[in-house]
Amino acid sequence: MYKKDRLRRSMMFVPGNNPGMIRDAHIYGADSIMFDLEDSVAYTEKDAARFLVYNALKTLHFGTKETVVRINDLSSGLGVEDLEAVVRAGVQVVRLPKTDNAQDVIDCEQMIERIEREAGIPVGTTGMMAAIESANGVLNAVEIAKASDRLIGIALGAEDYVTDLKTTRSDGVELLFARCMILNAARAAGIAALDTVFSNVNDEEGFIAEATLIKKLGFDGKSVINPRQIEPLHKVFMPSEKDLNKARAIMEAIAEANARGSGVASLNGKMIDKPVVTRAKRLLELYEAGSKADEVEEL
Amino acid sequence: MVELNKIPHINEISNHGAFAGAGQKKTATFRERYHQQNKVVPSLEEAIRRTGLKDGMTISFHHHFRNGDHIINMVVDKLAEMGYKNLTLAASSLASVHAPLVRHIKNGVITHIETSGLRGELAEEISRGLMDCPVVFRSHGGRASAIRSGDLHIDVAFLGAPSCDPYGNANGYSRDDDDGIACGSLGYARTDAKYADNVIIITNHLVAYPNAPWAIPEYDVDYVVLTDDIGDPKGIMSGATRYTKDPKELLIAKTAANVIEATGYLYDGFSMQMGSGGASLATARFLRQKMLDQHIRCRFALGGITGQITAMHEEGLIDRVLDVQSFDLDAALSLKNNHFHHQIGATYYASHMISAAVDQLDFVILSALEIDTDFNVNVLTGSDGVIRGAIGGHPDTAEGASLSVVVAPLTRGRIPTIVRHVNTVVTPGEVVDVVVTEQGIAVNPRRPDLKEKIEAAGLHVFTIEQLQRRAEALVGVPEPIRYKDRIVGVVMYRDNTIIDVVREIDEDA
Repeated sequence: MYKKDRLRRSMMFVPGNNPGMIRDAHIYGADSIMFDLEDSVAYTEKDAARFLVYNALKTLHFGTKETVVRINDLSSGLGVEDLEAVVRAGVQVVRLPKTDNAQDVIDCEQMIERIEREAGIPVGTTGMMAAIESANGVLNAVEIAKASDRLIGIALGAEDYVTDLKTTRSDGVELLFARCMILNAARAAGIAALDTVFSNVNDEEGFIAEATLIKKLGFDGKSVINPRQIEPLHKVFMPSEKDLNKARAIMEAIAEANARGSGVASLNGKMIDKPVVTRAKRLLELYEAGSKADEVEEL
Repeated sequence: MVELNKIPHINEISNHGAFAGAGQKKTATFRERYHQQNKVVPSLEEAIRRTGLKDGMTISFHHHFRNGDHIINMVVDKLAEMGYKNLTLAASSLASVHAPLVRHIKNGVITHIETSGLRGELAEEISRGLMDCPVVFRSHGGRASAIRSGDLHIDVAFLGAPSCDPYGNANGYSRDDDDGIACGSLGYARTDAKYADNVIIITNHLVAYPNAPWAIPEYDVDYVVLTDDIGDPKGIMSGATRYTKDPKELLIAKTAANVIEATGYLYDGFSMQMGSGGASLATARFLRQKMLDQHIRCRFALGGITGQITAMHEEGLIDRVLDVQSFDLDAALSLKNNHFHHQIGATYYASHMISAAVDQLDFVILSALEIDTDFNVNVLTGSDGVIRGAIGGHPDTAEGASLSVVVAPLTRGRIPTIVRHVNTVVTPGEVVDVVVTEQGIAVNPRRPDLKEKIEAAGLHVFTIEQLQRRAEALVGVPEPIRYKDRIVGVVMYRDNTIIDVVREIDEDA
């Protein structure tokens, strides 16, 4: 069963046809593990990958990690077979690639529902996320984000998107509109906004710059393609000591005001507004989640 | 003339008599003498003849040329050609390049082998029962002790050297010029040179006297042979040993560094040894960051030395480097250039008979082929029972260090690393303190102090049985290896007691 609201700073892609990587996927501390049946799997390997991911989901333990499978798009014919396998195997979230409009989400949801019924799985067990990878998709982001209750979030898939825009990836300015659209659409629907991958694994500085940018914009997290990207990403999402102290002071002031029976709290002579409290709360929650050691699965 | 009988207690003071005149005064110049009285012998064959080597005797070699070594094959070819039989070959270690020895074992030239390890075809043939007499495997410290005590008596040592002067002062590099091959430290060869009855230095680089600094002093050397080929430089030394990029090894390394910090053995003035394996080496990188953050310095790093260690030495994080074996060119270069990068011999490094450098270690990071639920470690035989490794300094450092950390992946492909029983016990569980895998940490129950500290630092500690079951759940239980009764190898602990045996593999079953 998927959880709608959870920490999703990092979603690690794992090629669905690599048994060694699938087996070890959970040890690197990513919040979500995303087994890929789509672009990282060659056409001739599709069946083998599906079989492998199915069995991995059925037999391996991934601890407290969220399990996601990126299926092939439904129009390819492969996507349906992927769904048949991974829904039955009990994946938590299905990631739908190349989502252009709400109908794509609805089609996928109907198929999932049918499979859940056939397999005797309670309807609504399987979550969904939609990856937006085209100009059309970006412009339809608002309706996509609201197309299904199962959606835990929407994500940007930048490589196809920049190709569609007739540009290439550079300093990020080319993605600004799409990121803002997706973020606003996600927030309006009350779901997560997830950023695209950063492909140059050896450019840690560039990766951190991009992670810092998307965090500032308001994204929940980002896809990663290598375990080495997880720690720097989580560091970016870790609140600074200064912000933490401020948030703690705010929460103390609120508690104090409540104790006094006063509805108005102030800190250093400034009145504390409600959004300030909401932000402080969220920051402390993020800190707690981030500083908690990985829950250890009993062996 | 001194009247000796008038000196009270003369018999207790000296029995050499009174001075009766000095020897004949030399008048020749240093250069003239240099051409007359040197130890250079025209050929290897001539040098062998002059040592008086006989059938049944023991010859020795070092392994500082690793898989680029041409000395052993060249010498044994020559001995075969000269008609020698029934020799014991005692090398500090052997590599896959030494496969031609198989032929010399079959033709009776070599009838017994002592070594730290075996690899490749030679190892496979021995595992299949090539030799009547079992191979004796000793650790580096154990070998040094055996030579010193006389358990392993060397009649003739054939020691390759990248530089030597005509009097026999030999070294693993030369400060005279940059040309030629460098292997860095000649630590293991120093023990052979000191204790062997006859020592032949084989060099491709004859330099002017005195070849200072030297690893082996001229008084330990009898003959010098000049050859144009001591080995393949590429096999002798690779460039810088690189830090791994494998995320699994990095995860293991990071955990190992956190474990060391948690146990309190990382303090200002600590001492350490690192292996050259991926995870072991990467641990140095994570320790380096901790040292920088906490303004901590290492008093000395010991052992096989890599460029990573010497880089930390050069940036002021490690005060002294004690080098028994240089693992890469950067390490060899540092030995040549850095005053406090010091070359040590095998006895000084790890012999249990003295207070050795390993006994001064705070911690050591070690690798393993297998670890069992009693914490015994195997670094010698593979999952098929075939010999494919070397003991090295594993048991010496594990026992010597106050904290021994074994780093290994939980499984390698479909082969479990943590098992119920290791194929071959090389290092006993009594001296193995912590095992770090990518899937979790296990602490030897003999060290409750460590478990407490590691847990207090927020790291989860599993039991070794839990890790073993985890490995079994992932890859299943391999079929047991089938052996014949015949013993093909004897494994000695560092005090040269027999800790285990290796049996002939049964391929017919």
